[in-house]
Amino acid sequence: MNIYALVKRTFDTEERIAVSNGKIVEDGAEFIINPYDEYAIEEAIQVRDEHGGEVTVITIGDEEAEKQLRTALAMGADKAVLINTEDDLDEMDEFTAAKIIAEYLKDKNADLILAGNVAIDGGSGQVGPRVAELLGINYVTTITNLEIEGTSVKIIRDVEGDSETIETSLPLLVTAQQGLNEPRYPSLPGIMKAKKKPLDELELDDLDLDEDDVEAKTETIEIYLPPQKAAGRVLEGDLSHQVKELVDLLNKEAKVL
Amino acid sequence: MSKKVVVLGEAREGALRNVSFEAIAAAKTVAGGGEIVGLLFGDAVQSLGEEMIKHGADRVITVEHPHLKHYTSDGFGQAFMAVYDQEKPDAIVFGHTALGKDLSPKIASKLASGLISDVTAIDGEGDDAVFIRPIFSGKAFEKVKNKDGLLFITVRPNNIEPLAKDDSRSGDVSSVSVDITNLRSVISEVVRKSTEGVDLSEAKVVIAGGRGVKSAEGFAPLEELANLLGGAVGASRGACDADYCDYSLQIGQTGKVVTPDLYIAAGISGAIQHMAGMSNSKVIVAINKDPEANIFKVADYGIVGDLFEVIPMMIEEIKKVKTN
Ligand SMILES: Cc1cc2nc3c(=O)[nH]c(=O)nc-3n(C[C@H](O)[C@H](O)[C@H](O)COP(=O)(O)OP(=O)(O)OC[C@H]3O[C@@H](n4cnc5c(N)ncnc54)[C@H](O)[C@@H]3O)c2cc1C
Ligand SMILES: Cc1cc2nc3c(=O)[nH]c(=O)nc-3n(C[C@H](O)[C@H](O)[C@H](O)COP(=O)(O)OP(=O)(O)OC[C@H]3O[C@@H](n4cnc5c(N)ncnc54)[C@H](O)[C@@H]3O)c2cc1C
Repeated sequence: MNIYALVKRTFDTEERIAVSNGKIVEDGAEFIINPYDEYAIEEAIQVRDEHGGEVTVITIGDEEAEKQLRTALAMGADKAVLINTEDDLDEMDEFTAAKIIAEYLKDKNADLILAGNVAIDGGSGQVGPRVAELLGINYVTTITNLEIEGTSVKIIRDVEGDSETIETSLPLLVTAQQGLNEPRYPSLPGIMKAKKKPLDELELDDLDLDEDDVEAKTETIEIYLPPQKAAGRVLEGDLSHQVKELVDLLNKEAKVL
Repeated sequence: MSKKVVVLGEAREGALRNVSFEAIAAAKTVAGGGEIVGLLFGDAVQSLGEEMIKHGADRVITVEHPHLKHYTSDGFGQAFMAVYDQEKPDAIVFGHTALGKDLSPKIASKLASGLISDVTAIDGEGDDAVFIRPIFSGKAFEKVKNKDGLLFITVRPNNIEPLAKDDSRSGDVSSVSVDITNLRSVISEVVRKSTEGVDLSEAKVVIAGGRGVKSAEGFAPLEELANLLGGAVGASRGACDADYCDYSLQIGQTGKVVTPDLYIAAGISGAIQHMAGMSNSKVIVAINKDPEANIFKVADYGIVGDLFEVIPMMIEEIKKVKTN
């Protein structure tokens, strides 16, 4: 089976975030594989181990993203592709990202494409379904279980806490929800092997794309931190007094009762 | 320039979700006086059209088909494109719900348009409108502008104030017949776990419990408090994983995103993935034994203490206030 996983390098949002000159400060920040993409990679590996074939991980980013691709290879992916847009693009949006990925995939005859359901930094959840639509294949989002038999696929998806069982077929794009699996940690031998696995680097030119073809449709004009809340009031005194004060505050100051 | 805006309404258990009305309000803000056209897709939705008009839509178009009883991206995509081709709108507004999140990127991709997802506020109006959305799990915000062409946004439930309902408004509710064919996904089973009563993602008051609640029975005082305040009970992943409650109560990046007027977090430590689902709440109260718990950083009011002591006392105190 020809399997692809879409992987985004993201800022670890568990870290403190600072903004300077309208941009997120990246110096010294921790970068990780988007957690929902780890589920996608893990599932891709499990499907390959059961049905045979090959797993290719794809990312759009700059050279720094090689690290996350190597991690995916160490987990067990077979090949990696870095589409490096650093020299070509100053800005991009979800349209841009999807268009580039779909252009790369259009002649690859993918049977199964896995993505995360959302990136924890950009948070739009658009890229997976957009790619599927551009490729003309079906997609199912926020999946928590995947079973494949021949070209038939049975999926359980999470819909705001309800669960839907879906029957469909390959080729297919799915987006991973937490609960799909437990992503493995790269093993030491895995990390050694990953160093020798193929990692291709492409630019827009190699995909026959111009900057104009992928020009963003939306524009970020400002990034800012939420206004600092007046430091929360941790109440004091004996407990029954605190509760009285809290209820009084909720009633009179916050007016939410 | 005024814009014609289409708004996709969404029904749940036979009634429109509030987010549909909030989407109409957002549409008004960007329309610059243009026409607002509500859309309803389903197997029997004609009767809901009037509600959209009373909340600000100028007219409503419905597409009814047995294949639209359950949402599928193919079915709803076909219905939407048929209406789109007929109406040629300048802007589209959906709710950022499970349905909206699943369908909007497909449509945006078909129309080669931008899509500004999960909008929580709009600055300015008409052509000058700028859209605010949370990024980095809610730790930062961005202001986004549409460049040229079709404007397409999804709005996060409970953030944009709906217009006051006006029973005197009237408008045309018409239907378009669309041949819904070739559905590639078949839904063979739906297990509804969401509880009846107040819809968690639209509740004005949410009482959420975490691993600190310690058992399924431990949720009882939280339920009592929620009932007293006309709110809903939510939970952290920690509480769901420990089987104290169902995953349908989960709030956060993986679960529901809520923006109530009052959010009470009891026995929840405040992991970033949890906060991504509630940090926009208007007033946050934290009850936690650990004074160092992260949740106090986003709380407006905090009590360091045992939730099993604090919640029953709150219930008594609120009852007193309510009877006065
Ligand atoms: C504030 C801000 C500023 C930005 N500025 C720039 C910029 O100047 N230059 C720039 O290059 N980018 C920039 N980006 C990133 C770019 O806008 C996003 O990568 C893109 O729009 C994807 O949107 P998303 O993050 O919402 O992903 P989502 O749609 O939420 O991602 C869903 C899934 O799609 C896949 N996916 C998403 N992005 C990628 C990717 N890059 N490669 C492979 N798979 C992917 C993953 O599987 C992911 O889980 C910026 C992002 C933000 C939030
Ligand atoms: C990809 C990913 C997605 C995730 N998505 C989500 C999500 O959507 N939602 C979510 O919630 N989590 C999510 N998580 C999990 C998250 O990281 C935390 O593990 C989880 O939120 C912790 O739940 P908790 O606060 O209930 O438990 P804990 O962190 O164990 O905290 C329990 C708290 O209860 C307090 N406590 C104990 N007893 C009492 C008492 N008697 N009275 C008062 N306080 C008491 C303790 O001091 C402690 O602070 C996600 C994780 C990952 C990796």
